[in-house]
Amino acid sequence: MPRLPDLQAEFSAALTQPDAAVPDGVTAPSGGRANKRFAVYRNNVTVSLTAALEDSFPAIAKLLGDEYFAALAREFIRRHQPSSPLLAEYGAEFGDFLDAFPPLAAYPYLGDVARLEHAWLSAYHAADAAPLDPARLSAIPETSLGEVRFTPHPALRILASRWPILTLFKANRTGEEGQPPDLSSGGESVLVTRPSLNVTLSRLSPGASDFLEALCGGDTLGGAAALAIEKTAEFDLGTALQTALAAGAFSDIRTPG
Amino acid sequence: MRFCARDIPARAGVGLKAPHYRDILEGGPDIGFFEIHAENYMGAGGPPHAYLTAIRERYPLSLHGVGLSIGSHGPLDKEHLARLKAVEQRYEPGLFSEHLAWSTHDTSYFNDLLPVPYDRETLARVCDHIDEVQVTVGRRMLLENPSTYVAFRQSTMSELDFLREVVRRTGCGLLLDVNNVYISAVNHETSPEAYLDDFPVEHVGEIHLGGHAPDIDDEGRPLLIDAHDRAVDTAVWGLYDRLLQRTGALPTLIEWDNDVPEWTELAAEAAAAERMLASHAEGPSHAATA
Repeated sequence: MPRLPDLQAEFSAALTQPDAAVPDGVTAPSGGRANKRFAVYRNNVTVSLTAALEDSFPAIAKLLGDEYFAALAREFIRRHQPSSPLLAEYGAEFGDFLDAFPPLAAYPYLGDVARLEHAWLSAYHAADAAPLDPARLSAIPETSLGEVRFTPHPALRILASRWPILTLFKANRTGEEGQPPDLSSGGESVLVTRPSLNVTLSRLSPGASDFLEALCGGDTLGGAAALAIEKTAEFDLGTALQTALAAGAFSDIRTPG
Repeated sequence: MRFCARDIPARAGVGLKAPHYRDILEGGPDIGFFEIHAENYMGAGGPPHAYLTAIRERYPLSLHGVGLSIGSHGPLDKEHLARLKAVEQRYEPGLFSEHLAWSTHDTSYFNDLLPVPYDRETLARVCDHIDEVQVTVGRRMLLENPSTYVAFRQSTMSELDFLREVVRRTGCGLLLDVNNVYISAVNHETSPEAYLDDFPVEHVGEIHLGGHAPDIDDEGRPLLIDAHDRAVDTAVWGLYDRLLQRTGALPTLIEWDNDVPEWTELAAEAAAAERMLASHAEGPSHAATA
């Protein structure tokens, strides 16, 4: 008789390998073959995790169609089993998986769309915090503005892409028919926030993602703006800051002294 | 206290599903209690907590864990146990339950309730884990009887003897899932009535009812799947009525987790359970056991 650790090791291995034999000692009431009975567990694992991925990545599911998505999810699940019962966290590697999945090489935008969907979900579950009141920034003397540092709101996420990911996201999560993606509109950078209950996606102006990343990394307003201008000549500080403040990207500011 | 009473009444409750948040808060239905899957409220913040807080202010709440893997040979996940305790402290549920099952091995979480053999080694492991849960969370838990599709040759005791011994050693209570009783009885070709009549009902703090899907096994024999995707089966209602004759009214949950229906359809299932509970409100019929 296998001991409990051996039984569970064998049971686990057979759950994720479709061709594995039913573990020794697992029986049907007749004492006969338990293949189909064991397959119920195997099927539950795949079906429930596929449903979890479909809940988290509805735009990818719509872009690919249910049948293809289910087959793709099976491949993903085989390589990336969840490591936690918190299924909202499952799929963090889905974007990278899509990037590297050879049959989808002709659809290079899928990975970034998946990363945006994961960012949306992560913002949805992020800690609650009141967004910064823009009046607090206005109250700071102009001479000190460059030294201001910002505390990112817990729900803040930034995604810069070569592809129109915000357009693709919105077109495929509205409940209408999936639309053929128009890739000619160029790349989009997206600010993900959740100032109160609703997750908000804002399209960022050129250079704004570098600027906000720098602010989140602890740079001063002056330092982050200088860095953004250096990388993107047309960076507009006023537009970038206004978008971020309006979307509730920050929870606090600090001035020196 | 900002929350409504902690105690769960001997009425019908339903599993709380996100599509029904607004129906509940705007309609204020007369429901005995709501039950949540603990894992759905382990995020830091956001809409799930906002809605649950508002619902908890109006209704009693029962906390049901689905991911602790009490039947694992390996140790319990301390981080997960801490998260479970945090949900318990935040929402002050009237009842707290988990499953006689395992779902984690090494670093993999399988998102299914997998069966355990009924032998001395498993019994010791399960009891250690329940002790740890009850000490950490700081309260008694209810352990739910499983629905199973296979048996284990190494089992040396019956499921009921196993459950009785767990209760004796740990002091935990039991959650009696009548749908699971029926599923397992059909799948293992045993009598659900005999199982229910022998169940240690004095330790039962809550009843679960749910729907199952019919299938067949390798030999063409009936195999019921614990799908929670439809209304409660007539046979399960019959067993529930039989059980209530022994126990009198107990908190009873309608579980409907997949293909979640409109609120009115779920509420109608709860109303059906309430009618049956009302017919047994006078307490157990001792004639049944005399």
